[in-house]
Order: sequence, then structure tokens, then C-alpha cells
Amino acid sequence: MSYTSMSYASNLKTYNPKCQDVPPLAQMPSVLRNEDLKEMLESSKESLKLEAMKRIVGLIAKGKSASELFPAVVKNVASKNIELKKLVYVYLVRYAEEQQDLALLSISTFQRALKDPNQFIRASALRVLSSIRVPIIVPIMMLAIKEAAADLSPYVRKTSAHAIQKLYSLDPDQKEQLIEVIEKLLKDKSTLVAGSVVMAFEEVCPDRIDLIHKNYRKLCNLLVDVEEWGQVVIISMLTRYARTQFTSPWMEGAEFDENKAFYDSDSEEKKDQTEAKPYVMDPDHRLLLRNTKPLLQSRNTAVVMAVAQLYWHLAPKHEVSIVTKSLVRLLRSHREVQYIVLQNIATMSIQRKGMFEPFIKSFYVRSTDATHIKTLKLEILTNLANEANISTILREFQTYVKSQDKAFAAATIQAIGRCATNISEVTDTCLNGLVLLLSNRDEAVVAESIVVIKKLLQTQPTQHGDIIKHMAKLFDNVTVPMARASILWLMGEYCEKVPKIAPDVLRKMAKTFTAEEDIVKLQTVNLAAKLYLTNSKQTKLLTQYILNLGKYDQNYDIRDRTRFIRQLIVPNEKSGALSKYARRILLAPKPAPVLESAFKDRDRYQLGTLSHSLNLKATGYQELPDWPAVAPDQSVRNVEILREWAPIVGKTKQPKSDDKFYSDDEDEKEEEGSDSSGSGSEDSSSSSSSEGLFLSVRFTVSGAFSFHEAKLMLLVISITNISMTAGFGSFLPKLEFITIMISFFYDFFFFCQHCLFPQNDSKNPTFRTSGISLFHMSFQVTTSSFGPLKTYELLHHMTGKGLSAKYHFPRQPCLYQPSMVAVQVILTNSSDHALEEIHIGDQSPASLNIHCFNTIERLEPGASVTVSMGIDFSDSTQAANFQLCTKEDQFSVSIQPAVGELLMPSTMTEQDFCKEQGKLQGMNETSATITMATANASRQAINKQVLSVANVGEVPSSQNNFSSLEARWATETEATICIGSPKLDRRLKNIA
Amino acid sequence: MIHSLFLINHLGDIFLEKHWKSVISRSVCDYFFEAREKAVDPENVPPVLQTPHHYLISIYRGKLFFLSVIQTEVPPLFVIEFLHRVADTFQDYFGECSESVISDNLVIVYELLEEMLDNGFPLATESNVLKEMIRPPNILRSVVNTLTGGSNVGETLPQGQLSNIPWRRAGVKYANNEAYFDVTEEIDAIVDKSGTTVSAEIQGVIEACVKLSGMPDLTMSFMNPRLLDDVSFHPCVRFRRWESERVLSFIPPDGNFTLMTYHISSQNLVAIPVYVKQSINFFEAGSCGRLDITIGPKQTMGKTVEDLKVTIHMPKAVLNANLTATQGNYTYDCTTKMLVWDIGKLNPQKLPNLRGSLSMQTGVPNPEENPSLNIDLKIQQLAISGLKVSRLDMYGEKYKPFKGVKYVTKAGKFQVRT
Repeated sequence: MSYTSMSYASNLKTYNPKCQDVPPLAQMPSVLRNEDLKEMLESSKESLKLEAMKRIVGLIAKGKSASELFPAVVKNVASKNIELKKLVYVYLVRYAEEQQDLALLSISTFQRALKDPNQFIRASALRVLSSIRVPIIVPIMMLAIKEAAADLSPYVRKTSAHAIQKLYSLDPDQKEQLIEVIEKLLKDKSTLVAGSVVMAFEEVCPDRIDLIHKNYRKLCNLLVDVEEWGQVVIISMLTRYARTQFTSPWMEGAEFDENKAFYDSDSEEKKDQTEAKPYVMDPDHRLLLRNTKPLLQSRNTAVVMAVAQLYWHLAPKHEVSIVTKSLVRLLRSHREVQYIVLQNIATMSIQRKGMFEPFIKSFYVRSTDATHIKTLKLEILTNLANEANISTILREFQTYVKSQDKAFAAATIQAIGRCATNISEVTDTCLNGLVLLLSNRDEAVVAESIVVIKKLLQTQPTQHGDIIKHMAKLFDNVTVPMARASILWLMGEYCEKVPKIAPDVLRKMAKTFTAEEDIVKLQTVNLAAKLYLTNSKQTKLLTQYILNLGKYDQNYDIRDRTRFIRQLIVPNEKSGALSKYARRILLAPKPAPVLESAFKDRDRYQLGTLSHSLNLKATGYQELPDWPAVAPDQSVRNVEILREWAPIVGKTKQPKSDDKFYSDDEDEKEEEGSDSSGSGSEDSSSSSSSEGLFLSVRFTVSGAFSFHEAKLMLLVISITNISMTAGFGSFLPKLEFITIMISFFYDFFFFCQHCLFPQNDSKNPTFRTSGISLFHMSFQVTTSSFGPLKTYELLHHMTGKGLSAKYHFPRQPCLYQPSMVAVQVILTNSSDHALEEIHIGDQSPASLNIHCFNTIERLEPGASVTVSMGIDFSDSTQAANFQLCTKEDQFSVSIQPAVGELLMPSTMTEQDFCKEQGKLQGMNETSATITMATANASRQAINKQVLSVANVGEVPSSQNNFSSLEARWATETEATICIGSPKLDRRLKNIA
Repeated sequence: MIHSLFLINHLGDIFLEKHWKSVISRSVCDYFFEAREKAVDPENVPPVLQTPHHYLISIYRGKLFFLSVIQTEVPPLFVIEFLHRVADTFQDYFGECSESVISDNLVIVYELLEEMLDNGFPLATESNVLKEMIRPPNILRSVVNTLTGGSNVGETLPQGQLSNIPWRRAGVKYANNEAYFDVTEEIDAIVDKSGTTVSAEIQGVIEACVKLSGMPDLTMSFMNPRLLDDVSFHPCVRFRRWESERVLSFIPPDGNFTLMTYHISSQNLVAIPVYVKQSINFFEAGSCGRLDITIGPKQTMGKTVEDLKVTIHMPKAVLNANLTATQGNYTYDCTTKMLVWDIGKLNPQKLPNLRGSLSMQTGVPNPEENPSLNIDLKIQQLAISGLKVSRLDMYGEKYKPFKGVKYVTKAGKFQVRT
């Protein structure tokens, strides 16, 4: 022994990896060998230890036992050598379960390592700690996971997400606590963590959809940057989520449910009429579709498949086809990938032929394809066959039938049979082709053809005679039981068409009956019975002979059948009423079998899943829920993130005075401009610098306006590049008017998310105040600079029997509810008597949310009173109708807001503004035109005009683009001032 | 997710096992062996199998089966893709992915597998990240390590793991900065008996070998980007710029990687570089057959066709082949029934021809289908689709890199039916 250990030790210096499996080592008794390793582990030399560990890992890899070395190995867990340490970890994870007590010795080392400044060490300690499946340390693991979930390093947090799953499988009782950690990690913004935590979510609590709500948009937006494996998991989770939260984008009775449409197209139409309301896709639903689309270009086939299934299950029908090309591309990948992709395409192609039809040539079979690939391609080709391409497909099939791979040839024959039944134009051609195959040398091919012909003949019950005769001739040569049985069945079924041949076949069968397979015997009995009924003269004896043979058959099925048939057809005194109907029973017309795709019912499984691939429900398969009839509350996905908002408020609050909204540079320009426009002539000061001819005022107005359901949407409007030239004012006197066009673009995708005021005030008191001060400021801008606002008539005193009412929008944030628009109503009594109990009565629409003013007990003649009320217009310009009541009368009145009044000003920096503007998409636009004289086109004037139209605020601006404006100016007689497009992205939401 | 991995050689021996959760007995593989037995050819083993308690997902690569054991629902492609990624990593580390190489480097393989998956979920699969954690073996390093007691395992978390560009390692330095791109196109085609093209498509790939210091930001533009309508990218490519400008903009990984693959489908017209005139006959009478094949150039865009090779998988009944080739050599392997004719360069003046007789087994009916011919070829300096890189620009670094683009057209699954 000492010799061997010596020799190993000396080997070490020139360690050669090939020595790992040295023959003498294998021959030695394991105890001896391991003794040797133990010695090495206990030596003081690091290199010896490492060497020993390497060999031990080699043993583990080969599946050989090394568990008795546990005590010696575990001592090295605290080694400084990182490679040695890692190998010890490998060993621990493998054997800790078996040696729980000893494994506990290592725990303290990990606990120490969890505090290590090196994130890599912290992470790997957590990995190992959570991987040793020792139930006793569950509390320690729990603690470690909780700490790691709050670690600064995203890598450690990622590891903790993995540890959650491990702990859960070790001790499912920890579920509740683990869900808390998952909830916390779901909020993580790191792309590194996202995939892992969703994986943990899927494993621990896939039904807690509510945890996803607040993170939904974040996950959608992060998706592109998440590592590829995480993408797969997130996409499949989001597919399920979307199915529970959004309504179906598939129009009722649209082309998708072809079967349905076939059967009850009438009822479908009715449905269409009743459910005529147009479908509007939830913006979050659209967000998911939009953000996953680029991933179709991923190099990872699993990601592409995940996106494809997402589109298949979630996208409107006309959008699904964008995944086709990518799926077809995957067919060039590894064989195994092809297999899975083809399976999925097979399922898809049943429902949507059109999707893959242009790519039909990509499914042509090569002789080098593996058998399962060939069969799948065949399946798809059959699914895609239609009147237009059937001739090409059949030509392909002709090649396949001749294939040396007989299983494949047989599958092709079945495919031909399916094409023949599905497309009536080619039934005859196919049938003839199949009959030709009957003379094929290969038995499998012949047998398959017979079976398929049998099915085809049933669907085509007109012209059988010849074919059946032909088959009868072949009968002697066919040995495959299924084929023989099929021929016999055909003989019996159509015995009247071949009256001479059928009894002869029966005669042959009588001879060989005992040697036949069961299935053939059954069909022989069948044939005998049918012939007995139709042609008893010739076959009576034969039938009785066969029935006798059957009576003593070894198989009880055949004995049963024989007994049954005898009672049914042979009249005797005991036979009951049934024998009268024998003919009708046996010779009843039978419905043709339907030749269906094997993938017909696979669509009950979510595409791309293991269950779909196996066509059975795999453990842990999550059913894809059906669309809800009514979408659950969308607002649950709104996120209020306030941290980023505060500093911006602080920044923008500073420029209180109007001047400070502009950079110095612009100030100058602006003054210059107003000077020259004021004088209306070309001033010497501006002409001296020819470039200075142009005045450019650029300012930006931003606003926020309230939108759906107590949400305030931040709307930003910018007036960019309002540009004027003093010089042109005199050169082109005709240029008198500046048309200001204001366009409000608002992105409906985001309006729900922007909550300027959190609904729950108590949670965020500080935020609320900052919001108010912001509004206060904007309000100042509006009122101080632009004077009283337009007043509208609500109720004329003639119709109101003396009561008149006027209203205006004070452009203040409504005190009652953030989503409401404040309206001030001035009630005047112009009658000669006092009006009592003025209040608001019925409102319509009923859902209208109005905060009424308190009932005015008494209004003296000539007196007027101003009351304020809040109306939630739900961000629409629909009029709010309500009744204004006095003690005696009721007057119906309505308030119709202009779009501009629904807005709320908001403050942001120019950069933010430009960023949001640039990202705007899916816009809605509202525009108003303001005409004003050039002479008046000072900033204030424009501001005033803009504000008269909309309740907006300014955004400070710093830059101008002279040259481009010059060009524009020169070619147009009118100046169009484009007012920017606010788009709100996540960041903006946060600001809001 | 992935529970365990078994590596099985073509003889059916398990030579490596790795468990990421609790240990699963290797007897689970018996179900696989059963399926393997049934399938005859290793290629025909279904990739997804079901056993009473587990699901087996396997890939077959380089005469090895990578068999993974799954316990719960998981997208099968996820596992398949990962297994291929494992095989790619081995290839990358050891130059090949074979049993002997894996057994020789068992410890590194084990360390790699340990890093690639955590609890069955992929952790680090980027080659650049892995190489920082576990250094690939080379002779010099193993000598140094033995002497100094150093290790080939990194001590810190690779930068890439945390950054937004996990595919690139930090602090790359080269004396010579160079970037090479190989545009390789493979023609997949089926040509029928009469010489008409049944289907043809092009599979293109741009492989890159980038050895640039620092953090270069590259932009590659094409003369005719409109050709590319079906593409997939390495994660480093900025998709938005491709969408808007049709240029590839990326910070490349260090070393070799696949920048993009593209697919030009059968809907487009694809040039077929060669034509084949063939006649293969089997005679009922003398239990023999005749074979006559001639190959000529068709659409070669003026380039020479090289490395021309014809492979025919003969029916079982063919015992031997007695042929004469005007150019190149032919071999016939009686056991695998493979006839390989290695032609070499195609000379348009003197077309290569192979003819002669085939001796057949007596008493066996003649094969009814003629074997199809698989063609291999190579055309240098040509991308058959016409794709051309117009320029490559580098931003972010000061030095002038050496740039090169190479085009090659090959036959992929090029099959002529007879």
C-alpha cells in the first residue's frame, strides 16, 4: 500500500489529466484506493489535496461512490485555494444529503462566507448552502436567503432567487415566507435578477398572479435586456398572465375558429350583432406584444419559440403570421430543435393553413432526414394541402412513397389518404395511385394502401366494384393481418357489388381460418354473416362451418362474436325479435371514418411546452387559462414611483419668474424679437448682424390632464421652434399671421399609469404637498399672466325661470378628487323672488362622478353666489348632463368641456420633455388653430393664446434651430408652430 | 428545470453524470436505451421521452448523447438549446466534443457544468464569462500551475456577469488589433430527376473572429441589406439600429462568435452552381446495375467550384461497385453502403464523369427507388446570394484595426433525386 501511495505522490508533479483513469487504480479494491486519497487530503500540501479532490470529482463524475471520504473532504471546506474550495463544494453538494450530521460541520464556514466582501464568494456560499439538502438547516437557509435578497450585488440577489426554489423543494412549509422574498425580488430592477425570480415565482407560487401586477410593465420593458434563459421563463409566465388579465383580441367568429364557423355560422352572425362593440386592446397587452417582437431575432431557439407561442396565444389573428418566418428559420437548426419546432408548426398549421403555406417547400423531405422529422414534415405538408397546391404535394408524395424507409413510405400513404378525403377534386387521382401501389413489392406499403383504400372507399361509395375485385385478387398475397381484415370487411360491406367473388373469398378463408390472426378471424365471421344475409343460397354451409370454427376458438372475443352472430342471423325458435332486424343491423350504412391529423387535439396544450410535445399533461403543467369575458381592473398594474419625481420638482420649482424659464441666450433673442416686432420695421440693430434677423422663440408648455378613473395623466405639450423673424416682417408684409397650431398628442397607452396624485394620500403625504405646490406654481402662470378665463353659459335666466347660471374652469386642481376637473358655477337670481334649495339633481350618464356643491338654502333676488363643483369627465369631451334644481323646478343643463380644460399643467425639464416627446407613439392628436398678428407675436402673446385654448404650463427651453427654421420660413407664407408630442415612458410615469 | 445530465457514448456507456438537484439513479437511462435500441439509427431517437417519473430530453452530437432528466414541465427547446450550448462550450474549450476529450478533462468539465447551471437553471452560458471563471486548459498553464500551485479557476466574479454586455470581458488587450468576418452561405436544395429545382434556400452565417483591445463599438453595413429579411443575431447586435438603418451595430465579444445568421427562403430565386446528369439502373436479370454520373457547372458567377464530392447511400442489395472516374477517386464501403466520389476542382472544359457497374446480391428483389445523390462543394470568394459587406467602422477606440471579410459558398443539404 505504501508503494502505491508513493507512486501516486510521485506522479503528481507531472500530473497528466489522462492519468485520472489509470488502469491499476481501477483494479485496486476501493477501500485501498480511497485510503490513499484520504492520506492525500490529510497531507499539509495544498497541491496534494487539490490532486486528491480532482480525482474524487472524477469518481463522482463517473458515478462511483466516494461517500466514505466525507470527513476528510469536509475539513478542506475553508481552504484558501479557490479551486480546491470549489471542488469541495462539488463534493458537499453531492454527498451532504447522505451524511447530514457531518455536513453540519461545514455550515459555519458558509455562514462566514456569506459576509465576505467579495460578491462572488458570497454568492457561491449561498449556492452551496442552499444546495446541501439537509432539512435541519432550513432556518439558516431562510435567513441567508432573506439577507441575500437585499444584497447590493445583483449577482447575489440572483443567487438568492435560485436558492428560493431549492429551499421550497426541501421544505414546502416555508412557502409563505418565501413568497414574501419573491415579492421583494420581483420589484428588483436588475435584468440579472428578473429571469431567476420569475423562475422562482413559477416554481413556488405560479397562482399568485397578483404579485405580477405591479411588475408587469417593468418586466415587459426589461425583457429585451434580460439574459436569454430568463427571457424564455418570463415570456411564458407573461403569456399566462395576459390570458387572465386581458380580453380576447380574437373577433367572435373570425377566421380562426374554422370549425365553429362551419357549423353555426348563423348563430355567429347573431352574436356579432349583439356584441357589436368594437374591441380595444388594452395598452398593456399591446406593450407585451410590442416588446417581445424583437426577440424573434434571437439566436436562442427557445426564445424564438417562446415568442412564437406568445403571439399564437395572445396576438390578434392577423398579427400571428409575423412569427412564421422565424419558425421556418429554426428548421435549419439542430435536429432536435427541428423536431420540436415541427411539432408546433404541425399544431399551428391545422388551425391556420395560410400561415405556413408560402413556405411549403421548406417542409419537403430529404432522404437524409431522421424518421421522426420526415413524419412531422409529412404531417405538415398534409395539413397545408389545398386545391391550389395539391398537385405539387402529390408529386412530392410520389417520391416519398418510393422511399427506402418503409415506415415513412407507409406514413406517406396515410397522408395521401388524408389529402384524398379532404380535397374532393383529387380523390379519384389518389385512389388510382393507391391502387397502383397495391402491386408494390413491399408488403408494408401494400398493407397500408389497402387500409387507406378501405377508408377512402367508405367515403366514396359509388365506384368500388373494380377496386374491390382487384383487391380480392391480391388477397392471397397479402399477409399483413390489418390489410387482410380490411379486404374482408370491404368484401362484406359491398358484397352485393361483387356477388361472385365474395363467396369465393369466404371459401378460402374457411380453409385457413384457424391459422389467421384474431382480427382477420373476426372479419371472416363478419363477412360470413353478411353473405349469409345477402346470398344464403351459396354461403349457408360455409357460414355454418365458420361459425362452428369460431365457436371453439381459443380467443373469447371470437367465441363471443360467433355466438352473437349465430343468434342474430340464423333463425331458430329461441332467437328473439332481434333476428328480424339482422339485415338492418349488419348492413346498415356506415359513416365514413374521418381521416384526421394526429395533431388535431394538441392545441389544448400551450405551444412549446413539454406537454404539447408529449401530447399528455406533464407534471407541473400550468393550464393556459381562457380569456376572461370582462377584463379585470387595469389599474392594478399602475405603479407609483415617487423617488425620482421629487428631485425634479425641486429643480423646476426654482424658476419662478417667467424670465427664468428661458436661458439667457434666448432671453436676448426674445427681447430683440419683441422689440423689432413691436416697432414693426427693420431695426438697425437687427440688420447689423444679418444672422440676427431671425428671432426664434422656443418654449414649451407642459400640462397634465386628468384621465380615466381617478388617474391623472401627465400631458406634455411643447411649443417648439416658434420662430419669427423681424426682418421678414418688413420684407414680406403679407406675412401677418402666425398660425399656432396646438397639437396635443397623448399616448393612450400610458394614460392610466400616471397618477399625479396618489390615490392613497396617507401613504405619501410629502408627495402630495409637492404636487400641490407644483400646481400652485403652474396655476400662477395661468391666472396671473392671462387674466380671467372664458365663461360659458349654463342656464339662461329665461329658461331658468329667473335662475341663471354661468360656469368657467378655474384651472385649479380639483380639491375633491384628483381626477375631477374643477368647475366654478356662478348662480344668479334675476327673478323677483327668492329661490330656495338650489341643488343638483339627477345626473346622466349615471356613471358620471360629480362632486356637487352644498345645497344653497336661499338666494335673494338679484344676488349671486359662486359655487365650485368637481366633475370627472373621464378624460373625454362628453358632456356632463345633470339637473339644476330649485325647490319648485328642475332644469336640465350640461357642461361640455374643451379638451384643453381637461389638462393639468405639469413641470418638467426640457431634456425630460424632449425625451418623452421623442418616444411618443400610438398617438392621438387634438389640434386647435390660433390666429394672431405677427406684430403681436411676442412670447407672452403666444403664451396667452395657447393658454386660452389649453390649460398647460411652460417648459424652459434652451436651444433653437435657426437654420432649419430659416428654410421653413422662407418657403411658407404661414408659420406653423408645431407643438410637441408628449409621450410618456416609464421614467415620466415616475415623474408623474 | 434540468435535474441531471448523463453523457452517453455511442456504445451506450454512461461516462459522466452530473446532478443539480438530488441524485437520480442512472437506471433512469434504461428507458432511453430501450428507445435507442428501437430507433436503430442514433439520429432517429426521439429527443423527448417519457418515463413513469421523469422526462428525458436528449441531443445527439459528435457521436455522444447528452441526456438530461427533467421532472416537471419545461419548454423542451429550452433544454435542447441548453444542451447544445453545453456541447458548444466543450467544443470551444477543448477543440472538440468527444468522449476521450471529455474524460481527459473531467474536472474542468465538471467545474463548467457547475457554473453553467444552478439548481437546473442556466447561470452563465456566455463563453467569455465562463473563460474568466474557468480558464481553458493549455499546456503552458498546466505546467505553471503544477509548479506554482496556481489554479485555473478565477477568484472574482467576471465583470461581464454584471455589466450590460455580459458577452465581453473587460480589459482586453492585443498587440495586433484585428477583426475578421467570414460570410458563409450554404445552399440547401432538392433537385429532381429531370434536373429541375424542387426547392432551394440559402442559409447564411457571419462568423466573426474579433481581437480588438478595449471596448470597440463596431458598425457593419451591407451593399444590399434588403436581401436579409429573416435574420437572427448574437445578443450584442443592437436590434433597433438594424430595424431603422439596416446596419449591424455592436460591441463584439472577444474572440470567435457567430454574429448573425440569415435565411433566404425558397420563395426567392436561388442560384444552383452545378448540374448533375445521372443514370442509375438496376437490372432484374444479371443482378447487376449501371451507374453513370456527370457533373457540370451551372451558375457559378465565374468562380471555380472546389472540393466537389458526391455521396450516395446505396440500397442494401448493392454488394460492390466497379467504376471508373475520369477525375478524382471513388470509394465504396460495403458495410455502410456509402459510395463517395471525391472529385476536387471542377474543370468546365473536361467534365468529371463516373461510370461503371454495380454488383448486386442475387435473389434479392431490386430496390425500387434509386438512391439520391448528396453533393458537397465549395466556392471561394463568393456569397451566392449576392450579399456584400460594404464597410466596417469602429468607434470608441483610437487604434486602427486590421479588418477582413471572406466569402465562401458551400453546399448544405444539397440533394439530387434520381
